[in-house]
Amino acid sequence: MALRFEVLGRFNRARAARLTLPHFTCQTPLFMPVGTQGTIKGLTTDQLEEIGCQIILGNTYHLELRPGSQLIDDLGGLHKFMNWKRALLTDSGGFQMVSLLHLADITEEGVTFQSPVDGKPMLLTPEESIHIQNNIGADIIMALDDVVKTTITGPRIEEAMYRTLRWIDRCIAAHKKPDVQNLFGIVQGGLDPVLRDICVKGLVERNLPGYAIGGLAGGEDKDSFWRVVAQCTAGLPEDKPRYVMGVGYPLDIVVCSALGADMYDCVYPTRTARFGTALVPEGVLKLKQNAMATDERPIDPTCPCMVCKNYTRAYLHCLVTKDAMGSQLLSYHNLSFMMRLSRDLHMSILEGRFPEYVIIQLNFVSFVSFLTVLVNKKVSMPYCRFVRGFLRMQFPKGDVPKWVRNAMVVAGIDISECCTPAKYPRDAMDAPGTDIPELLPPTKCS
Amino acid sequence: MRFAVTKVCGGGAKARAGMLQIAGSNIETPALLLSTRKGLPAFVSRDLLASLPLPDSLLLHVCPTHFMEGPPSKTISNIGGLHHMLGLPDHILIAAAGDSIESLPTSEASNKFGASFETPAGRRLVKPSDYMELISCMKPNLWASLADEVPAWVTEKRNKVSVERTLRWLDACIALDEDSGANTLGVVVGGSSIELRKLCATEVSKRNVSGFWIGGLGFGDSPEERCSILDAAVGCLPPEKPRVVSRLGLPEEVLEGVAAGIDLFDSAYIYQLTMGGFALIFPIDMVGEKMQNGSLNSSDGDFTKINLRATTYRKDTSRIVDSCSCFTCQNHTRAYLNHLLNVHEMLAQILLEIHNTHHYLCFFRLIRDTIKTGQFDRFRQQFVQDRRAYLAAAVI
Ligand SMILES: [Zn+2]
Ligand SMILES: [Zn+2]
Repeated sequence: MALRFEVLGRFNRARAARLTLPHFTCQTPLFMPVGTQGTIKGLTTDQLEEIGCQIILGNTYHLELRPGSQLIDDLGGLHKFMNWKRALLTDSGGFQMVSLLHLADITEEGVTFQSPVDGKPMLLTPEESIHIQNNIGADIIMALDDVVKTTITGPRIEEAMYRTLRWIDRCIAAHKKPDVQNLFGIVQGGLDPVLRDICVKGLVERNLPGYAIGGLAGGEDKDSFWRVVAQCTAGLPEDKPRYVMGVGYPLDIVVCSALGADMYDCVYPTRTARFGTALVPEGVLKLKQNAMATDERPIDPTCPCMVCKNYTRAYLHCLVTKDAMGSQLLSYHNLSFMMRLSRDLHMSILEGRFPEYVIIQLNFVSFVSFLTVLVNKKVSMPYCRFVRGFLRMQFPKGDVPKWVRNAMVVAGIDISECCTPAKYPRDAMDAPGTDIPELLPPTKCS
Repeated sequence: MRFAVTKVCGGGAKARAGMLQIAGSNIETPALLLSTRKGLPAFVSRDLLASLPLPDSLLLHVCPTHFMEGPPSKTISNIGGLHHMLGLPDHILIAAAGDSIESLPTSEASNKFGASFETPAGRRLVKPSDYMELISCMKPNLWASLADEVPAWVTEKRNKVSVERTLRWLDACIALDEDSGANTLGVVVGGSSIELRKLCATEVSKRNVSGFWIGGLGFGDSPEERCSILDAAVGCLPPEKPRVVSRLGLPEEVLEGVAAGIDLFDSAYIYQLTMGGFALIFPIDMVGEKMQNGSLNSSDGDFTKINLRATTYRKDTSRIVDSCSCFTCQNHTRAYLNHLLNVHEMLAQILLEIHNTHHYLCFFRLIRDTIKTGQFDRFRQQFVQDRRAYLAAAVI
């Protein structure tokens, strides 16, 4: 086991922890940006450090295609190849094959797929996946699992869950670098609590360095989604990190963290940036909208990032979706937003004010930006903006979705205060064109 | 803005070193204006821009025509002008209507009312009044007047019209300018006609302008005629004011321009290199040391540059240039850049634009040093010779 996981603070099921990995000591809850091909789209490694990124995800399938894991190994591993000094995680490659390739076929041996290079049939076995990931050299590597769509029902779910358990043993046996790389097992079992329970128990018996909750964020309804998360986090060991794969939206991250999950990954912040959408405390801001053309405010006046300190919505409106710089700047802001969300979750749990963060909020970062605003006198802003909690910001009308309310009951956080319309009207800074988040599940990384 | 020539190469040569004092910065010339898209370098954001040499990297060429689709000029003005909108309060913004990437002059569509440009949003006719409204809202440090630029192959008659319009529009721009031309660079056109170039330069010099912008080059003119065009135009300009030239990008072209007495260069050369996956590697010290790790395969590059897409660099863990202190060379290998280019990742362009800009700024620094020490002509000859020798060797 090449990691240490120390829980530093708790609020009911939510936890703030220190996760010490071979290349970096991280604070959880944390969000991992997806750097599919050995780079986060449009950001340098220095910029990623600047915004507080602790760990990034590489896609094994893509890296094996180009430049090839053997080459990465020859050149000293992915950290060195991309010059990233902090932590890395690689997925098993299985999900990408199933989702990107039409002819993927899963048998007991592994995933058979058609080579995108020459069309020949290829086989990815658990052994091969681990071998490739050993070559790439990430701090955390993922077991090959039998991926099925969450929306599927029937015996296939059961077959996939048992196969995932059989494959974990092959992964463990194939893992050549347990002293420097941590193998995480993935809980499968669809939306069936019985199957999930068998899978959790089976994996826990193997005493892995960490566990992931897989097979979610694939179009299932939100009430099923949080229930699976809640069930798995309850069954997984207290002293190991828990990673919900393919999540996601800020709201999903807050809810999962309340339920005791620690790690998340998703392409959403960078992908949505390329389509001109910015993440803001109120939800999302669509910079392509006509109203943005003359909007002289920053994306988010409370955001301390380089983009919000320097650029107006009006200028970004003319860059996004057209110029490379538009997607660079928007990705920078969106990832900054996710990193700030991670930090805020960690600090509020650590300082025993997690419910306040969710319901009412006056956090340090916001206070600093409030002072900055005061000093610069660029925009005047009422206080109430800063004392609104995460849910209050996202649902000013009090229309918190049912699934969030249900999940928060299980998490032991009373959010009734947020479920009525705000006493004070939304302040002057509330943006035209600011939407509540789309309540669609984020698309899983591809 | 103040400008002073500090050193002129002796022996009939016209290359000169100067000092441009502008917006609190002292910038030595000859210097490079970095080309931009909507005011920012195509791929280098402000935090990365700050890693480039200072004050050398402070000069930016901005194109008011890039903003015709917005933001509205009133919004730009409310934000506090282009400097504030771009988040670059200390940079020196020099505006000129067209460029060679996003806003190409289209002479056949220009008419007596204004100049036409081919933009991503279609063809746009820009009148002097439109242009000056943009300028007054953007508040660049310096701006070139609106010109009717024509390619080298147009008829004598069209060329004459171009000169007439350009002069008329210069007067119109100055008349509309709040500062009556105090920050204006008068554009000199005239195609490849020596007579018209001289006429235009002489006429522009009579106006109340603070410098000159030599336009209409790089439009079908041959390298041979370019030399005499530059000589003719520069010969008619007063020596105490700065001269900018656009679209002379290749190292040899820059050296030629410097030899003709040009002070500032604007070009899309770095952008084109970057888009092609090229990295500059030529020596930038006076000794003329031979290029390191040079490949003699001309498809991979030439004496001045390498194409990082080439499979040769797949496992090359060296820096682009060993001695380079830029962000890219300090942090990344040729192998990584080769990978980024292969998988079409934007970081490739970011890293290449940083290195190429850094390298070219160092090239300009070297040019200034050789002028100051009186070695410019020797340096220029050596550079051209080395390149020729290299290309000859590559053919064999
Ligand atoms: Zn921001
Ligand atoms: Zn460099």
